[in-house]
Amino acid sequence: MNFPILSILILLPMVGVALIMMLNRENQWVIKGTAMAVAVLEFIISLSLWFRFDSNTAAMQFVEKSNWVPSFGISYYVGLDGISLLLVLLTTFITPICILACWEDIQDKVKEFMICLLFLETGMIGVFVSLDLFLFYVFWEIMLIPMYLLIGVWGNPARRIYAAVKFFIFTMVGSLLMLVAILVLYFYNYKVTGVYTFDLLKLYGLNIPFDMQFWMFLAFGLAFAIKVPMFPVHTWLPDAHTEAPTVGSVILAAVLLKMGTYGFLRFNMPLFPDAAWYFVPLFSILAVIGIVYGALVSLVQVDLKRLVAFSSVSHLGFVMLGLFSYTMSGVQGGIIQMINHGLSTGALFLIVGMVYERRHTRMIADFGGLSKVMPIFATIFMIVTLSSIGLPGLNGFVGEFLILLGAFKANPLYAIIAASGVIFAAAYMLWMFQRVMFGKVTNEKNQKLQDLSTREIVVLLPVLLFIVWIGVYPNTFLDKTKASTANFVSFMEKSKATKVAAADVIIKGDQR
Amino acid sequence: MSINIPTICLTSIGPLITLSVAGLLLLLIDAFSIKGAKKGYFHQFSLVAIIIGIIQTVFLWNRQGTDFSGMVYVDNYTSFFYMIFLIGTGISIILSVKYLEEYKKNYGEYYALMLFSAVGMMLMTAGSNLVTIFLGLEILSIPIYILAGMFREDVKSNEAALKYLLLGGFSSAFLLFGIAMLYGGTGTFSLAELAKNIQANGMNALTYLGLGLLIVGFGFKISLAPFHMWTPDVYEGAPTSITAFMSVGTKAAAFAAFLRVLMIVFPSVKMEWDMLLWVVAVATMTIGNLTALAQTNIKRMLAYSSIAHAGYILIGVIAGNQLGATGILYYLLAYTLMNLGAFGVIILVSRKKDNYLNIYDYSGLGFQYPALAAVMSVFMFALVGMPPTAGFLGKFYIFSAAVQAGYIWLVIIGVINSLISVYYYLRITVIMYMKPAEADLGPVETTPMVSATLILSALAVLLLGIFPGTIFNLALSSVKIFGS
Repeated sequence: MNFPILSILILLPMVGVALIMMLNRENQWVIKGTAMAVAVLEFIISLSLWFRFDSNTAAMQFVEKSNWVPSFGISYYVGLDGISLLLVLLTTFITPICILACWEDIQDKVKEFMICLLFLETGMIGVFVSLDLFLFYVFWEIMLIPMYLLIGVWGNPARRIYAAVKFFIFTMVGSLLMLVAILVLYFYNYKVTGVYTFDLLKLYGLNIPFDMQFWMFLAFGLAFAIKVPMFPVHTWLPDAHTEAPTVGSVILAAVLLKMGTYGFLRFNMPLFPDAAWYFVPLFSILAVIGIVYGALVSLVQVDLKRLVAFSSVSHLGFVMLGLFSYTMSGVQGGIIQMINHGLSTGALFLIVGMVYERRHTRMIADFGGLSKVMPIFATIFMIVTLSSIGLPGLNGFVGEFLILLGAFKANPLYAIIAASGVIFAAAYMLWMFQRVMFGKVTNEKNQKLQDLSTREIVVLLPVLLFIVWIGVYPNTFLDKTKASTANFVSFMEKSKATKVAAADVIIKGDQR
Repeated sequence: MSINIPTICLTSIGPLITLSVAGLLLLLIDAFSIKGAKKGYFHQFSLVAIIIGIIQTVFLWNRQGTDFSGMVYVDNYTSFFYMIFLIGTGISIILSVKYLEEYKKNYGEYYALMLFSAVGMMLMTAGSNLVTIFLGLEILSIPIYILAGMFREDVKSNEAALKYLLLGGFSSAFLLFGIAMLYGGTGTFSLAELAKNIQANGMNALTYLGLGLLIVGFGFKISLAPFHMWTPDVYEGAPTSITAFMSVGTKAAAFAAFLRVLMIVFPSVKMEWDMLLWVVAVATMTIGNLTALAQTNIKRMLAYSSIAHAGYILIGVIAGNQLGATGILYYLLAYTLMNLGAFGVIILVSRKKDNYLNIYDYSGLGFQYPALAAVMSVFMFALVGMPPTAGFLGKFYIFSAAVQAGYIWLVIIGVINSLISVYYYLRITVIMYMKPAEADLGPVETTPMVSATLILSALAVLLLGIFPGTIFNLALSSVKIFGS
């Protein structure tokens, strides 16, 4: 039972990196094959997490803990609960798809590309399973480097460097302030308990005074809000998404953005519950602004990739709204929506990438009538589009419905405004779909486009499977997260109750 | 009448003696060797001396107390710094050889002067008496004045030497004046006696003046703002190998003495100097980083970045606790490795008479020389302070110490500065990996020794970042002398 499965998941991609480093760069096929084999093996190993996961408990599972820097209270401490389980699986699921998707796309510097991808996978899994704040910070920063290289080296020649540097610096702004907050938290814990530790679970129970919580929540919150990205700090996202190579956009959308929402759920809210309640209006309003703003900006985009990028801002706004409702359905919806967004937006970026490979343009105006030329492509694109809109029966509906349910319980006004985002989503997605796929083939160059190859269908099919699965029977996934979510929600309720009780005491004391 | 002969144990300063003797021998060998004979063995000779010095230092570990009638300390603090200096000097010597041969300046005195300078650094660290510290400072500085002007046909090298000599002279004078004031106020040179005196009698006008002048004197050597003006010109003009040596060694030595003086003599009046240093630290970091942003000459950029790093390290001094001191030791070791590594790459790329010093000369390096570029990236990310490198942990320790001591705003300013530094360090990787080669880079030649050194340094930077425990404990046991 003490099989160190999480460590293997973290280390296996690094083994792949070492293997690829030793290969000759001329053998592109061997390099791609090795990367693919490692990624598939990783996915298979991660599947065993799914089957051995005990969904009746909210406790951390598959825990491994050993000292790292004992004199500083730093330990190598990893574990998994319902929330991280799905995200880890999403990561291991998306990576092999990405490698297959870039099989022909990436011809230049294949070796370095694969090294970056696998390195990135290590970082992403590390972020989701770390239970030690220091370890978490290390992974959080590490994964910046390969992503930065992916955008900067293989991105769109015109503006890739600008986008890469912007991505790097935006993320660093947040994470450095988070580092300061981590240190403050660490020494506060020492002052109270007399123990030096970065152990997240031990830090949860601290009763931090409100004014400290206030600043630390903001410091952590900025780091995560940039990553999500929430409304005023989202500006790096359209650039990074648009300039990144297809695979970069897919991973960015599917996994990296989830680190922000995951961070809120795992760190911000449980560590600083009083501040988390206090900031509900601010963050909910920002989330709602994000939903509507993202949708409206998507409406006017002329570039397919930019449209999908802005739709991410809108979708992630839903996730944040759900999480900040602190209700069972809102948080459950938020978690499932993280996965949904990973699947549908990931698939959308793959689809845009496939079109781009054929036509080397992403402008909506350059297309039209593709459904006649590429019927298989049209079908898949349609399903993914509908899933992104939130059509009942597909995954997007489940997430958005649960979120709106939870948000309505918390504050009907936010839910009502947010619901308009669903309508806008239908508008911009369907309008885009209509302009690209339907009508007459207006552009000569579109007449002879090849339909999807077998490889491309293989890339998209697994994603479609889960899009339908979650849409039809979401309980498979919701059951896994239920215990953890219930635990989180009851923790938040309890902290609110104690705060109210404390306020009562003060008032009664005054009356006496 | 009986004469007390103090017991002297020569092994207490074993590494210093070894390097001094080796330096003198080098001069003799050089003088008596046949003209025109091949002079390839000088660096090997010096390296052997350094290795002997390292072995001697290892045996000095865990010795405690003073020697030579209380003139030098023999403790883990000195040993730790001896290690930094020996490693730094060793790497600098390895990096020098090919560089000097290209300039046809592979002279014996170069290595001798470097060894002498290293002796000065060690003496400065070991000094338990203000006079010894001053002696160390001079032994350290004078060889570097000469070395900075090694390329006498080069105007910039001349400028560097003259500027460094003049300003170094000033700084020595300030330091000496400060020492005189302290002597006037307390009647002693010994650090321990000074500490007792100040603890008992408090500060007076003379000791205040003395403290202020000491800060100025050390500030020059460490290149703290506003005493940093000489740094960019000297670093740019001096031979690159000397710049590397200077940026690491001088800084570490001055910090070692500075920290010791502040922590041993003036802890009781920390309230008096911490605000002053607070302002200096903020100014140093900010000026260093902001100015580095605008540089296109890579030597100049690293000069300003070294100013910024002095600012970060000063945060550890201001924290004034054991963790801060530990962090400084750790940081200086990490900084030695990453900065020397970066300069090593610069020496390799600059080639024939420093033709390729512009940062845009690095474009296309990433895929033409993958190993060289990878190593350079490791050093750059380490200088930024990205995990999992030693640079991150150094910053982490220093910032934690400051948070522990309650200087949260200083830490916030510190991290904002690291953020600024991201831009110019990152620019090197941008140029290496993302810009196509503008002109043909031509062959970058290296020797097995240099390659091995660079790769080992990069590995050390990574390993120190992933497994920091051992070195951290060594550093912690080195600063036990400062109490808690």
